Amino acid sequence: MNTVVAKLQRQFQDYLVSLYQQGFLDNQFTELRKLQDEGTPDFVAEVVSLFFDDCSKLINSMSRSLERPENVDFKQVDSGVHQLKGSSSSVGARRVKNVCISFKECCDVQNREGCLRCLQQVDYEYKMLKTKLQDLFNLEQQIVQAGGAIPQHFPSYTILRPDIRPCLDA
Amino acid sequence: MVCEMETDQQTEEMDVEVLSSMWPEDVGGTEPDNQFNVEKPAGDSDTLKEVEFAEKRTMADLKRLPDLLNTTDQGSSQLTNLVKQWEYMQDHAVRLLREELKILTKQREEAEAKELKIIEEHNFETEEPENVPVLDESSDLFRRFKEKKRDKLVGRKRIEIDEEFDTVAYWKQKALSLEKMLEASTERERRLIKKLNESLKTMESHSAPVEELTQNLKRAEGFLHFILQNAPIVMGHQDKDLRYLFIYNKFPTLREHVRDKDILGKTDVEIFHGGGVKESEDFKREVLEKGKASKREITFETDLFGSKTFLIYVEPVYNKAREKIGINYMGMEVTDQVRKREKMAKLREDNAVRKAMESELTKTIHITEETMRAKQMLATMSHEIRSPLSGVVGMAEILSTTKLDKEQRQLLNVMMSSGDLVLQLINDILDLSKVESGVMKLEATKFRPREVVKHVLQTAAASLKKELTLEGNIADEVPILVVGDVLRIRQILTNLISNAIKFTHQGKVGIKLKVIPEPSFANGLELNADAEEQNGLTETETSVWIRCDVYDTGIGIPENALPCLFKKYMQASADHARKYGGTGLGLAICKQLVELMGGQLTVTSQVDLGSTFTFILRYKVATSNDHSDDQDEFSDMVDHQPEPDDSTEGYFQFKPLLGSIYSNGGPVIGNNFLPHKAMLPTPVKLINGNTRQSESGYMDDTRLETGSGHCPESTHQYENGNGPCPSKESESCSSSQASSEMESEFTVSSPREDVKTETEIKETSKQPKILLVEDNKINIMVAKSMMKQLGYTFDIANNGVEAITAINGSSYDLVLMDVCMPVLDGLKATRLIRSYEQSGNWDAAVEAGVDIKTLEDKQLCVRSTNRLPIIAMTANTLSESSEECYANGMDSFISKPVTLQKLKECLKQYLH
Repeated sequence: MNTVVAKLQRQFQDYLVSLYQQGFLDNQFTELRKLQDEGTPDFVAEVVSLFFDDCSKLINSMSRSLERPENVDFKQVDSGVHQLKGSSSSVGARRVKNVCISFKECCDVQNREGCLRCLQQVDYEYKMLKTKLQDLFNLEQQIVQAGGAIPQHFPSYTILRPDIRPCLDA
Repeated sequence: MVCEMETDQQTEEMDVEVLSSMWPEDVGGTEPDNQFNVEKPAGDSDTLKEVEFAEKRTMADLKRLPDLLNTTDQGSSQLTNLVKQWEYMQDHAVRLLREELKILTKQREEAEAKELKIIEEHNFETEEPENVPVLDESSDLFRRFKEKKRDKLVGRKRIEIDEEFDTVAYWKQKALSLEKMLEASTERERRLIKKLNESLKTMESHSAPVEELTQNLKRAEGFLHFILQNAPIVMGHQDKDLRYLFIYNKFPTLREHVRDKDILGKTDVEIFHGGGVKESEDFKREVLEKGKASKREITFETDLFGSKTFLIYVEPVYNKAREKIGINYMGMEVTDQVRKREKMAKLREDNAVRKAMESELTKTIHITEETMRAKQMLATMSHEIRSPLSGVVGMAEILSTTKLDKEQRQLLNVMMSSGDLVLQLINDILDLSKVESGVMKLEATKFRPREVVKHVLQTAAASLKKELTLEGNIADEVPILVVGDVLRIRQILTNLISNAIKFTHQGKVGIKLKVIPEPSFANGLELNADAEEQNGLTETETSVWIRCDVYDTGIGIPENALPCLFKKYMQASADHARKYGGTGLGLAICKQLVELMGGQLTVTSQVDLGSTFTFILRYKVATSNDHSDDQDEFSDMVDHQPEPDDSTEGYFQFKPLLGSIYSNGGPVIGNNFLPHKAMLPTPVKLINGNTRQSESGYMDDTRLETGSGHCPESTHQYENGNGPCPSKESESCSSSQASSEMESEFTVSSPREDVKTETEIKETSKQPKILLVEDNKINIMVAKSMMKQLGYTFDIANNGVEAITAINGSSYDLVLMDVCMPVLDGLKATRLIRSYEQSGNWDAAVEAGVDIKTLEDKQLCVRSTNRLPIIAMTANTLSESSEECYANGMDSFISKPVTLQKLKECLKQYLH
């Protein structure tokens, strides 16, 4: 049993690290994971699913706003992007956040084409992340079912952080 | 037919056009028109005969021509050709003559045949004698004929004569007529022979080849002239002394000024004067020597020609024995082409220069942009790194003010110094750029070298993961107290030591200090030293040169790697970089710092035996009287309570980890850099221990033991523990100490543990009221969770208006305010709240359209006019700059995304 758990844990760890390395997540996600404890065992999953719901709603409303080429309500789109940016930043959805940044720039100059492109990208990125995180949570569940503990190692991608990490993890 | 002719003409024209396009456009120079258009000089070109050469352009030494023709290969082949041609023509003539002869022979045969026939006829007549006319004359003629005939046809005549007996008259007649015929025949024969002789004579006259050759040559020359008449060409043949034997020159100036004989037999140099002449002569000579045909462009600047550029082709001429006998050369004037080409080249050059400038400019712009971005990134990075780390260090500091046993204190001190070092890492990078840009300022502080060395070694030992002995050896003559930039010196030492440790796997690493006489390189550095003196040092103080060796027994550095050792981002080899990691900045910083201080950093190394990095610096010697007074100046670096023997101790050793690391038996000095700053709310700003230690931090499995028991805590630390520290903090610290299980194992409490302790405290004290103003529900959710972890609760407002309403209705200790929100944003809301605090009424808010009527009755009684701390939560974008936050009345800001650490620090600062 231990070997199964260890293998799963290893897999989980690797997968998580890969998500950081591929830029899907940043340290804010680590923060989020830190906030999860015995009292709120599903905190991360809850926040993240709320985030994805939010994404889907915001993207729908923004795409409606951008539908007609003549009179796009950029203000409304902008507020949507702002929301999305704030949320993605809070959950550590790095790629989504990055797209939001360029999305906002397009919005500021009222570039509908650019906005549509960014919208598509955001849609793609959040769905991608959703799949990835679902996989991650599945792994988590498998570990729990196998009787293991979720590794509480918090990977980070900041260059200089590795110098600090051992202190934290020790 | 007409059609055909037209097409012919067309093709001819086309040919002409194609031909002309193959030539430079203005071969003639002055005449831009197409010179090769046949239509124009049509009259001339129709027949060669009509081509006239007005001027004699050729000068030739005809005497030498046969010589040449006989001696050279070209000449003989030319002759052979002509001879062959001649022979062919002779053959032809012979054939013709033969044919003629044959015809003549045939004619003669015919004539004879006819004669015979006549004779036979007459013979036949003789058988009828009655028919024979009896005419004297005719018979006489016949007889004569007969006589003649007799000469030729003797046998027959005889027979005829034998038969002749009838009548004399008859025979006479017959003989006469025969004789006539014979005469005519003879006459014809004679004529034919004469003709034959004449033919033979003609043949003889034709047999001399010279005439034929001359004709051919003339024709060839005519052709050449026709081709060359307008071409800007000079041709010539010169013997091996480069004397002209032949020259063809299109350019009239030469002919005007120089007569034939003045050219033939002379060399270029003798004929011309001016630029290029010598060059062309040298070139010809060169070709002659090398024996290889070659081309070169030569610009002449002569009185005769003016400035003209010629493309000259020179080939050596050999005789049959393969001996060089001279050169042929041909020059074409290309002045205009060269000019054009040069113009083009210049244009191209200009273009290239402009392009280069453009790209340079783009590069500069790019670099500038990059630099800006890099700067921004550095700023962001430093912020991002400092925030969480400062939490760790801050907590450790708080911990250090509590009652700890000596071992715990040791561990804690190392932990803090490590955190300190990591924070310093960024400063290092900034330092490097500062030194490079010349902004770096050196400071003069008093310090004790022994302690610096010891401290550096101690810090290194604390993070050591290898079985290495670290030792320090300071010569007795090294002053107790010197003046210099101790921060930088320590930085250098730390860098060198960590570098040494990195590349050493067994044996020892050490620092050796000794005083040396003034080194030779120092002579030129007086100015620098003067500058140092101005740094608050009097000239009466004596200075001393100290040599510092940092040695190891490591892998060493191959000689070829030494030159690039101090270059930025360079390591001895790519292999090393892979194996040992590191940025490659350390040594570069060291070298630059040492040089900045007027010293010298050198290295000696032997592969597999070890390396020694040596830096020599000048220090002022400070009197020990100043010691006690100025202690605070270098309090960062040295212990606050130095033991008397510690300051003179000359040897330290830190043995491998599993043994005792403080084997020198001296007092164990707390590795506490920041004891007096532990209580300040933002520790990051005040951490300024100046060391860099790339390997610090990895101390998870490091177990430190105190060898020789006594470890006095410094009074300063005592003071901190009991003195001005707020009681709440004290409580938190002691409880945190109690809860965290730090006994002998070196561990750092995880954030979770911190959080727990925090929670415990907060539960016991009065709950502060916090308002979170945030419209994003995910952010709210995250913040809620964080607050819960930190042990706080809070109210939520979704926008500025809600926030004002809430503040109006209740009293808060702290507001966390999102900047960008719908309805009313954080900045405006803050302004309105501040306005309310000042004026005591919500007029401004009402003016701004905020509906707060329902609460108006409460406003006078509820609020005090205390300033409410409002913390902005910014997304760190341009529109949400910190300046704007402050300008709008906010007290501080947390950059988004909000982390537990940032939140905790902020709450710690504003909630007491």
